[in-house]
Amino acid sequence: MPLVGVLAIQGDFQAHAEVLRGLGAEVREVRAPGHLEGLDGLIIPGGESTTMTLGIEREGLAAPLRALVASGKPVLGTCAGMIMLDRLHLGLLDVTCERNAFGRQVRSFEADLDMPGLGGTVRGVFIRAPWVTGHGEGVEVLAQIEDHPVAVRQGNILAVAFHPETAGETSLHEWLLERAQSTNGRQTG
Amino acid sequence: MEAVREEGTFRVKSGHAEMLKGGVIMDVVTAEQARIAEAAGAAAVMALERVPADIRAAGGVARMADPTKVEEIQQAVTIPVMAKARIGHFVEAEVLQALEVDFVDESEVLTPADQAHHIDKWAFTVPFVCGATDLGEALRRISEGAAMIRSKGEAGTGNVVEAVTHMRAIGAEIRRLATLDGSEVAAAAKELRAPLEIVREVAANGKLPVVMFSAGGIANPSDAALMMRLGAEGVFVGSGIFKAEDPERMASAVVEATTHFEDAARIAAASRDLGAPMPGTEISALEAEGGLLQNRGW
Repeated sequence: MPLVGVLAIQGDFQAHAEVLRGLGAEVREVRAPGHLEGLDGLIIPGGESTTMTLGIEREGLAAPLRALVASGKPVLGTCAGMIMLDRLHLGLLDVTCERNAFGRQVRSFEADLDMPGLGGTVRGVFIRAPWVTGHGEGVEVLAQIEDHPVAVRQGNILAVAFHPETAGETSLHEWLLERAQSTNGRQTG
Repeated sequence: MEAVREEGTFRVKSGHAEMLKGGVIMDVVTAEQARIAEAAGAAAVMALERVPADIRAAGGVARMADPTKVEEIQQAVTIPVMAKARIGHFVEAEVLQALEVDFVDESEVLTPADQAHHIDKWAFTVPFVCGATDLGEALRRISEGAAMIRSKGEAGTGNVVEAVTHMRAIGAEIRRLATLDGSEVAAAAKELRAPLEIVREVAANGKLPVVMFSAGGIANPSDAALMMRLGAEGVFVGSGIFKAEDPERMASAVVEATTHFEDAARIAAASRDLGAPMPGTEISALEAEGGLLQNRGW
């Protein structure tokens, strides 16, 4: 089974690791550049985007993370993970995000999302969640809430504003593992 | 298809605690301190009138912060803002919810408002974090709707010894539950004075059903890493940041040590040249005065 890294600077990396292990993957927590070596795929979890941004900078993780994605390895970003991938942060995903777009925690919610091709209905948990305010032509919008994109895909990068990992959803992780197995380091999609 | 939104579910509340994991939550009393905490990498801030060390020094009744103070701090940062309500003071909690704080801490650091009842936390949309000195206390708070637990320690002392005692107690009790058979678990629930259903869940999973942080006495990077090694999933640092000689550096160093809690070389690097940490207090000196905050709540 593939070896998947979960960025573990801060956030719900353990919830992602549990889903991955449940699907039979090997998991490695990533806290420094050396931890990226030999990975078949990567998850950037939810958490505090400010904390994560500072941590990526402190650890010198931006360049090696970009190199991993450039080598064709699939990436899944959830919530703060989507923000990390956007134009203003790692610049790997051609989208602009608005942080905390739905409001403070009392506005956080869960909802069923229709995502054909990714398991049909997906239960999404939105915690102080962002949404996408703008995106390039190469970005496919997979789900929206009130006309705001909350799930997007660009090649081997899948990014969502919500948390499938805290709702027992596995279809997005299955997508990642399929890609991780099929790419073997080659660029696809 | 337009999605139906369900707000305030337990999954949404406990999910917020999940997002704080591996992070440091810092007490702040001004907007400027909040900005320093955010710039250092805090996962959230706790908005207060005074840090626990000053509450101790001031004496008298400690209450919820002034709404203006909470709002100033909310406007200063984009990370989550928590605030404390007195134990049992559900109106203070309602006020904090109306202010849209991201988490309410029903806290022994403030003067308790009710000698018999904690807040019914199920009645709220905002999530709650509560303190605990042992497993039974943690499970009673969870049964009342707490979405997150913090081991209490002894706030405002800069002395980690009580935090260690409480975290070890909770960990040991969880490990013991995992060795019991079904009827023994039922007996254990009685001893713990906690609902059987939650006790069964803890026995089966070997962990609390919500995120557990540590609090009360953490004063340097090694203290934070120690609590992580003992099973905390993140730390609250109260007086330890802004009572230190150099709050910016102490804050960044504690954040770094909390991420790299298993890497002694990284903790060593983070700990260099930080200036003086907050002065600590011997617990026995407080005990003699009958001044332990951890004994508030039950």
